[in-house]
Amino acid sequence: MAQPDYIVIGAGTVGVSLAYGLQKRGQAVCVVDGGARDFRAARANFGLVWVQGKGGNLPAYARWTAESAALWPGFRDALEQCSGIGVDYQKPGGLAFSLSEQALRDRRAVLEVIGGGALPEGVEMLDRDALQARLPDAPLGPDVAGASYGASDGHVNPLKLLAALQQGVLQLGGEILWDWPVQTLRTTDHGYELTGPDGAKLRAANVIVAAGLATSGIVAPLGIDSPLRPQRGQLLVTERMAPMLPMPCSGLRQTADGTVMIGATHEDVGLDTGTTQASATILAERALRILPALGGARIVRQWSGLRVLSPDGGPLYTQPESYPGLWTVSCHSGVTLAAVHAERLAEQILAGALTGDTRHFSEDRFHVPTPA
Amino acid sequence: MFRPLPDSPEGPTVTVFVEGQPVVARDGETAASVLLRHLGTARITPVSESPRAPFCMMGCCFDCLAEIDGKGSTQSCLVPVREGMTIARQMGARKVVA
Repeated sequence: MAQPDYIVIGAGTVGVSLAYGLQKRGQAVCVVDGGARDFRAARANFGLVWVQGKGGNLPAYARWTAESAALWPGFRDALEQCSGIGVDYQKPGGLAFSLSEQALRDRRAVLEVIGGGALPEGVEMLDRDALQARLPDAPLGPDVAGASYGASDGHVNPLKLLAALQQGVLQLGGEILWDWPVQTLRTTDHGYELTGPDGAKLRAANVIVAAGLATSGIVAPLGIDSPLRPQRGQLLVTERMAPMLPMPCSGLRQTADGTVMIGATHEDVGLDTGTTQASATILAERALRILPALGGARIVRQWSGLRVLSPDGGPLYTQPESYPGLWTVSCHSGVTLAAVHAERLAEQILAGALTGDTRHFSEDRFHVPTPA
Repeated sequence: MFRPLPDSPEGPTVTVFVEGQPVVARDGETAASVLLRHLGTARITPVSESPRAPFCMMGCCFDCLAEIDGKGSTQSCLVPVREGMTIARQMGARKVVA
């Protein structure tokens, strides 16, 4: 490719969602991906497209998430057609279980805050009997008091999504350079220059840094602060079984192939992607309290990944004032937000400015001046 | 198709139940080899629903998964026979709910 219009640093879900969206809008995009040992949240993902419960501390995030979930079916259709890869997306709604009456009341309270005093649109509270009626093939454990149900929630195979987005970028004429870890990013008279492996150079007027946890280190030499931290999540997965869960649940979902994924822990352990028996025990115990029958299932794998978290958990989209054409884009919810990234965020980046809800996602929000 | 080698030594035997039928097995052989001799396959896969037979016989390929003494998805090539053992093929996706 001659000099691209955009270079995207990071071929994970966030990076290729944007590259796909920009390429669809007529831009020539070159994506560069990191090394084999880099941290890859996109390949450890649970696979939820999840709305309910998000954005309690950041209303714009709740709206942005809901917008993405609404865009998802159309995004899926176009992506599958473009890439030829099915991503196993379904939108049957989703459940978040409560394991006591008190927890069920607390859950309602949290959701009512997000909804501004009432349950958000599409969200309902189910008591135990109503919940069991929705899960006829999954007898509930005695501790389950009920659940919240969100009609917008769904799930997808996150690895197929990643593959489809990467294939989509290539199909639309974009380029992906694998094993091209960025050594330096610097400004030139006409934009930016990246140095990669063996001194290779790439130049473009526009650069999007979507490198997950590596983002901060890439932009720090330019004096740009990108406050991200890792949070480990461990998962268990069972053997493939006959369908028992007709919809994804917070922490439990049955995939299209029949495996049940059991997740996920929230651990502050730095850049450690190990797995532990202690976490496996916690995950298995909670799963068995919800669905005791899972005790008869074989666990076939345990793994972990590192979430990419901002200080308030919301997305971090920044176009630093002194660096026109440069963006940093990172978030925890790359799968849920894939649709809105490929559509709305790609449009805003092309237009050169964040508008509407995304203005709240700039890094500036963490630099509120404190009164003297 | 599969049978003991002609020169394999005679030894003590046990009786196991392959899908309900009593079968004489040699002490020391595995549930997988009993399945190979008597039914030829161990399972039907859960997604593509195609037949599979024990293959590697050393715990690597997982194609010999079967139900042994009521416990599903057991690697039958790693389980030596025992008097009274029940062995059954696994036909398609398992159900953990009755």
